[in-house]
Amino acid sequence: MSTDTTLDNPAASDFWAGFRLGVPIFVASAPFAVLFGALAVQNGFTEFEATLMSATIFAGASQMVGIDLFGQKIAPWLIVFSIFAVNFRHILYSAAVGRRIGHWSGWQKTLGFFFLVDPQYAESERRGENGQTIGFVWYMGMATPVYVFWIVNSWLGARFGSLIPDPHALGIDFLLPIYFLGLVIGFRKRPLWLPVVLASAAASVVAYHFVGSPWHVSIGALAGIVLAAAMPLSAEARAAYDEPPVDQTGESV
Amino acid sequence: MSQIVWIVLAGAVLTYLTRCGGHLVLSRFSRIHPRVEAGLNAVPAAVLTTLVAPAAVQAGPAEALALVAAALIGLRGGMMSLFVGGSAVLIVGRYFFG
Repeated sequence: MSTDTTLDNPAASDFWAGFRLGVPIFVASAPFAVLFGALAVQNGFTEFEATLMSATIFAGASQMVGIDLFGQKIAPWLIVFSIFAVNFRHILYSAAVGRRIGHWSGWQKTLGFFFLVDPQYAESERRGENGQTIGFVWYMGMATPVYVFWIVNSWLGARFGSLIPDPHALGIDFLLPIYFLGLVIGFRKRPLWLPVVLASAAASVVAYHFVGSPWHVSIGALAGIVLAAAMPLSAEARAAYDEPPVDQTGESV
Repeated sequence: MSQIVWIVLAGAVLTYLTRCGGHLVLSRFSRIHPRVEAGLNAVPAAVLTTLVAPAAVQAGPAEALALVAAALIGLRGGMMSLFVGGSAVLIVGRYFFG
């Protein structure tokens, strides 16, 4: 908690500590980036447009939805809206992680929020949970390899995508659920974890059938969050809330 | 510029708004109610679960085996072993179940 991350040497080691966390993330996301690039070109994107999408949106699932809809000749505004709907969960991430980065400067927040993807958020929460400060340098250290290789691998997929063997046999289409399951399990020590997981799972499956994708994400998430918020607060939780760490005071952008 | 580029850029702007929007709203409040705090603490498990559950329900035998294997590995090991182990079970499972 008390380490000062603005000194030169600690900053360098902070960057590499974050970088090391970013390595498994970009390894896990590499197949999706390559697959995205390949599918984008198949759906009428140029190499440049596919790479641009990865560089500016930087959100795999929504990019896949976007190119899929584009292949179906759907109205442009509907494609944009679908990308927004898939990424709507990031509003919750920024609300949650925003509590932990009150010490960042305005431009650090402006830049940092751009990189707030699922694993980036998950690792930041885990660090905060362990009582460690989420330094800007550490955060960017993790974001750098993930972002750079996301773009590079998208371009590789767009360029050489026709060389990829059967994605089904390689299991590429199902790697994402496995990866997200891993993230869910990583949070199992949190209070109310099992009830939240069960509520969100049930609600998202029901919503998937009756409302459709991508709304099952927002509806399912809301079910778990409302459940957690409605539960009676434990004495320890109350005590923890009454004595917040000094660096988490509400500082606005 | 092509229509695709405009779609991509509009999608990028809206995506960025989601990534800072939650904080922009929440930072207007100087104190956060404990129930809001409890809700925010549930965010990672709640959101990430919705990215798994429908896929798990629709899964065939190979996919189901892979998720079970990944979950069991995840209770003992780290993220990387879970991911590699789950993927291996998936590939082997698809070889046998198609």
